[in-house]
This record gives sequence, structure tokens and C-alpha cells, in this order.
Amino acid sequence: MSAGSDNILFEYLLRLGDNCLILSQRLSEWCGHGPVLEEDIALTNVALDLLGQARLWLSYAGEVEGRGRGEDDLAFLRDAREFRNVLLVEQSNADYAFTTARQFYFDAWHSLALSELMRSADVRVAEIAEKAAKEVTYHLQRSSEWVIRLGDGTEESRHRMQTAVDALWSYTGELFEMDEMDRSARERGLGPDWSALRERWMQYVARTFAEATLEIPQGTWMQRGGRHGVHSERLGYILAEMQFLQRAYPGAKW
Amino acid sequence: MSAEFQERIEAGIKIEPKDEMPEGYRNTLIRQISQHAHSEIVGQLPEGNWITRAPTLKRKAILLAKVQDEAGHGLYLYAAVETLGVTREQTIQDLLSGKAKYSSIFNYPTLTWADIGAIGWLVDGAAIINQIPICRCSYGPYARAMVRICKEETFHQRQGFEIMLTLARGTPEQKAMAQDALNRWWWPSLMMHGPPDADSKHSAQSMAWKIKLFSNDELRQKFVDQIAPQADFLGLKIPDPDLKWNPERGHYDFGPIDWNEFYSVIQGNGPCNRERLQARIDAHRQGAWVRDAAAAYAAKQRAKARVA
Ligand SMILES: [Fe+2]
Ligand SMILES: [Fe+2]
Repeated sequence: MSAGSDNILFEYLLRLGDNCLILSQRLSEWCGHGPVLEEDIALTNVALDLLGQARLWLSYAGEVEGRGRGEDDLAFLRDAREFRNVLLVEQSNADYAFTTARQFYFDAWHSLALSELMRSADVRVAEIAEKAAKEVTYHLQRSSEWVIRLGDGTEESRHRMQTAVDALWSYTGELFEMDEMDRSARERGLGPDWSALRERWMQYVARTFAEATLEIPQGTWMQRGGRHGVHSERLGYILAEMQFLQRAYPGAKW
Repeated sequence: MSAEFQERIEAGIKIEPKDEMPEGYRNTLIRQISQHAHSEIVGQLPEGNWITRAPTLKRKAILLAKVQDEAGHGLYLYAAVETLGVTREQTIQDLLSGKAKYSSIFNYPTLTWADIGAIGWLVDGAAIINQIPICRCSYGPYARAMVRICKEETFHQRQGFEIMLTLARGTPEQKAMAQDALNRWWWPSLMMHGPPDADSKHSAQSMAWKIKLFSNDELRQKFVDQIAPQADFLGLKIPDPDLKWNPERGHYDFGPIDWNEFYSVIQGNGPCNRERLQARIDAHRQGAWVRDAAAAYAAKQRAKARVA
């Protein structure tokens, strides 16, 4: 950080930006391999939206930091320990049920989060959130529809969907975690009390699962660490792939 | 019907799905449009290979959007085939069984980032040259789909050229990467216009039906004439010692094409034929339960609506 730069805002923006970046990276792995052409296109749309959002958050983070780092420096030249995304978004695509469950849990949180961030005391945060919220409304509608369709589809799809929502459940707690930094940010009016969003999130998930004929997972133990840079082993591989060219040809312009 | 049909074609009246048409005309269109659709879909794979490794976030966004456009092209074209009475599922089955062909260019691997530039510049470039005339072809749905597609392909080519330009003006390693990509993609791109006119088995009838408006060799010449000065501008060398401006012809002369390679790749012996087809088979097979679930859910909803 340069003298006088705002470390809390910088970290806050990394958390928002890295979620979008890593999830987009995961979704883009589907491009060309979707279960049906229309889904290939729709998933790529979501990946593109999230990538656009990541660029807005990370560019702003770079400005706030004031050390001349731009979106690409932050995306391609940080190591895993410096990434601030939640563990949920780095989980593997596995099958379409896992991809759908991951997206649904995230979208349901993301949409609530953005509607709060739209009221941020920081004008840039509010602007980015407002733009992103429009896109995420559609993401949530889409992932909810797929949870319902796969849950209430065939026996096989219901089984796969239930397995996926169960397996990813322990990664949802981190979305509502409040640490020291979140509390400072909240005091400054940057963003909300994340823990206060949990109930509305839970209601939405419960309603959707009921329609999908899925059981709500019962586990109470939650994984954590991503927001503090302690990730799953998967993130290293995501970054190795994503950062390859920037690492192999230092300083080159592309 | 044949003489009357031919008169309509000569008069430039578009043929529409419900119009009567000779079986040969219909079959030629089905073969050509479905081949074209499959090329868009298989064409997603070599470029998709670099999405997760794109060097900047902006390049990643452009590439994602491009590969998505190609999926969209596949979608319009499968719809155009459906207007001729063949379902999308059937058309796709012909690809997966190996019965239908797709453009051989996609059987070559993308080894470096420069290949993404070279594909946009050369492969989309060659596709545009082949497809612009099809915007005026005699079959309405195909002509209309092509208008939309060509607009997007033009963007793709510009973006590819821009990648090449950035590399050509970059570090010595980047310039070498660009030259290597041009070396590998040049000859396969020239083959995209199809076999030489002398050996082209479908051309004459297709031209009479105005499904094809220029011969393969004419299209190839246009492509070379367009690309050669662009390569000069980039400071890259086209890998053909015989390539030279011919002021008398008003065209570039170029060296002989290795048609044995072309036929060999079509026969299945390209570097990536097996992987490309396998990737499509895997996606289709792994997506089966998702498609089944969506169909089952839709059927349940319809049943509920009837009861209500
Ligand atoms: Fe295309
Ligand atoms: Fe294209």
C-alpha cells in the first residue's frame, strides 16, 4: 500500500472482485462443452458478466491502492495466498448439477449483497453494484430455474442435484462471515453486515428447494479461509492456468 | 419442376422452406448448411482451448464472446437445416457418428496464444470470403442467417488481426510466436476454400442453383490478395517462396498447395480429428441426463397445466 491509501477499501474490493473473477474462470471452462447449445451460450453469458464485474472491482482496487497496479496486475501477478475469493467459487465444475448448485448458492448471496452495496457510502462501489445487480438478477433467475428443473426432473437428475447441494453446503457459511475488516467497512458505510443477509438467503434457498423437491442440507459445520487467502488446493491450479502467459513472459504487452 | 425451378433461380427469386424444390437442391443444402453448422460448433474447441489462459482480462472477455458467437452461428445454422426438414438432434447425430464433415481447419491444434490471433485473422478471414457471397444465395433462410453471421465474423477477423499486430510489435519472442502461428495456419487456411476447381465434384450444379456464386479458386485468390498486404503490414512473412504480386494479372501468384494433406486430414488423419470429435461426443453424452431432466420437467409442467 502507498502512504495514505485505504487498505480496508482495497481489501474489500479484492474480496468482491476475486469472487467474480474465479467464478467466471470456472464457468468459462464449460465454453464449447455445455450439455446443450443454448446452455453453452447462457453459461458463457454469465461468465462474461462476472468477468466484466471483476474488471470493474479490480480496476478500482488498483486505483485505491495507488501503486500503479491495474486489473491485469491484480489478476495475473498475485499468488494464491493473496486471493480473497470465497472457497465456494473455486470448487470444480464436476457435473452440471455441481455447477448449477455452486452458481445458485452464489447468485442468491450475490443478488442480496449487491442490493446492499448499491447504497454504499462510496459512490464508485454503489455504481458498480448497481450495474452488476441488473446482470445478477438474471443470473439468479436462471440458476434457480435450473435447480428446480434438475431437482424436479428425472430420478437421476434429482439424485445428482441433491448430492451437489449437499456437497457444497459447507462452503456457504463463508458468504455471511463478518471479520474485523467487514466491521470497519460497515462502520464507514461501505457495505452491509453480511451476517444479517443470511436469513433472507436461507428463505430464498428453502423456497427454491421446496419447489425443486430437494432436501435442505442439515450440516452446520462450515468451511472458511478463502477471504483471508487460505484456499483449497484447487486455487493454485486455477491460477497456474490463468496466469501462465503473464508469468512466462514477464513484462510483455498482449 | 426442374425448368420452372431453374427459371425462378435465374430470376433471383429466393426459395423459401415451403416452396417446392428438387431433391438434389434440398440435399445439397442440407449437406452444406449442416457441415457449416458443425464447423461453427467444432470450431469452438481450438479457440476454447485458450480461454482460461488468455493473457489479459480484456483479451479473455473478447475471446469468450467470440467463441460464444460461434455457438450462436451453429444455432442459427441448425435452425436453417430444420427448415429443410431435418431436426437438430438428427443433424448432430450425423456429426457424432462421423457421417457428417466439418471444416478440416479445426483439426489443427492451437499451440500458443498467437494461434488465437492467427485463427481470427486467417480462419475467420477465409470464412468471410467464402460466406459473403452466400448472403446472396438462392435459399432464403441460409442467405439471411449468413448476413447476421458475416457481420460477427468481420469483428472476429479484426480482433484476430489486432492480436497479431500486438504480438508483431511486441518482444522478439512475441514476434516469433506470431510468425510461427502464421507458418502453421497459412496453408490450412488456403485449403478452407475447398479443392481446386478442376477436382471439385459439387461445384457446377451448386453454381447453377446459386448456392455457390464463385468457384473455389476464385475465392482462394481473393483471400490471398487480401491477406498478403496485411502480412506485409504486420512485418510477417507468408511461408510461400512463390508468393509474388503479378502486375499483369492484378493478383498475387502463389505456390502449389499440398492437396494430399488436405485429403488426408478430411479422411481423419489430421493432428486433432479424434480429439475434436471425442470432445463433442463427450459433451453430448455427459449432457444427456441434463437434457432428459429438462424434458421430464417440462412434461410435468404441461401435465399440471392441463389439470389446472
Ligand atoms: Fe462463425
Ligand atoms: Fe468467427
